[in-house]
Amino acid sequence: MYSQLVDTGTKRVLSDEELSERERTFQNKVDADIRIEPKDWMPEKYRNTLIRQIAQHAHSEIVGMLPEGNWITRAPSLRRKLILLAKVQDEAGHGLYLYSAAETLGVSREELVQALHDGRMKYSSIFNYPTLTWADVGAIGWLVDGAAVTNQIPLCRCSYGPYARAMIRVCKEESFHQRQGYEIMLELSRGNAEQKRMAQDALNRWWWPSLMMFGPPDADSVHTQQSMRWKIKRHTNDELRQRFIDQTVPQGHYLGLTFPDPDLKWNEETGHYDIGEIDWSEFWDVVKGNGPCNRERIRARRDAYDNGAWVREAAAAHAEKQRQRREVA
Amino acid sequence: MKDWPLWEVFIRSKHGLGHKHVGSIHATDGQMAIENARDVYTRRNEGASIWVVRSEDIVSSSPGDKDILFEPSEDKVYRHPTFYEVPDDVENM
Repeated sequence: MYSQLVDTGTKRVLSDEELSERERTFQNKVDADIRIEPKDWMPEKYRNTLIRQIAQHAHSEIVGMLPEGNWITRAPSLRRKLILLAKVQDEAGHGLYLYSAAETLGVSREELVQALHDGRMKYSSIFNYPTLTWADVGAIGWLVDGAAVTNQIPLCRCSYGPYARAMIRVCKEESFHQRQGYEIMLELSRGNAEQKRMAQDALNRWWWPSLMMFGPPDADSVHTQQSMRWKIKRHTNDELRQRFIDQTVPQGHYLGLTFPDPDLKWNEETGHYDIGEIDWSEFWDVVKGNGPCNRERIRARRDAYDNGAWVREAAAAHAEKQRQRREVA
Repeated sequence: MKDWPLWEVFIRSKHGLGHKHVGSIHATDGQMAIENARDVYTRRNEGASIWVVRSEDIVSSSPGDKDILFEPSEDKVYRHPTFYEVPDDVENM
């Protein structure tokens, strides 16, 4: 889900015979579940795929602070406000862990941030949707962070060591986010008629975008196969999406809410929930920059960066002065 | 504008024996690196002590030299206490 529009540079997976000596040694290591570390040799395409995937994951954490940050000053109780603050703080931390992991691949955070601001890099499509009510904060925690957990647990076994280790830390914290989101939904759905209506409305608006977070269907995802061969990905988009649906639908029913999908039903034969058709044209619109909040999100990031330039310069100048003083002393 | 330098962060947990590498952080100087590391890596009681060190000051072994560096220890079994026989009658050794 963080590999949206990440081009691995391959049109198909190469067979063993087509690999060079070094590539074969590398593939053997991956096959044997030996973690790849920063100083190990790796194919350029593996490196580039990872840089893009990890950086887009990092960008998602940073941009993801905006839709929830929107409700900090309006949280309905002090308890809810404290929790939301802690959560947004976690997301900043996740962004930093991930930028660090990306930097072990030989890029700088600075250039990645520039690429985000210039629109050369993406972030998760989900953060281009607006948070219109307090219930959206609950729906984001439950559904969006829930989808993130589903996606990130297999990433804890990703072949690239620094990414896998970052994911272990992130998953622990993400689980707090998901639970607190569900608690908000639970409270609203057990509340008065208006609160229940709010919870249902939030579920109606966030359900499909959450399912889109897992990316295009397997049939349209040529890069999935290569990423799986490299064990960057462990499961296909559709597999993870199905896992998320199966886990989440009963949670929604427990709340007494309905899902905005008339075709959603339990399939006795497969042991999974069947769902209706996902609107992929909406997905591609959002990924390509034309979702409800794409422009607003990037503008907010750029403004923060540009308006903060003098503060960063001041900090750097102060550090330099201190360094010179120490040298003289 | 140039990015602030990168610092590696090591944390010793409350009951930990040694400092463990947990990640890295950007900061203008050591003090800011400690403050950022505290906020980013110890939000849930993870540590009792933090070390930060400029990433560029770390020299690491190269994966290509792994065999030369570490293999010789394998044939020196006499370095392990289990190599030596102690009669059954001798206890607590």
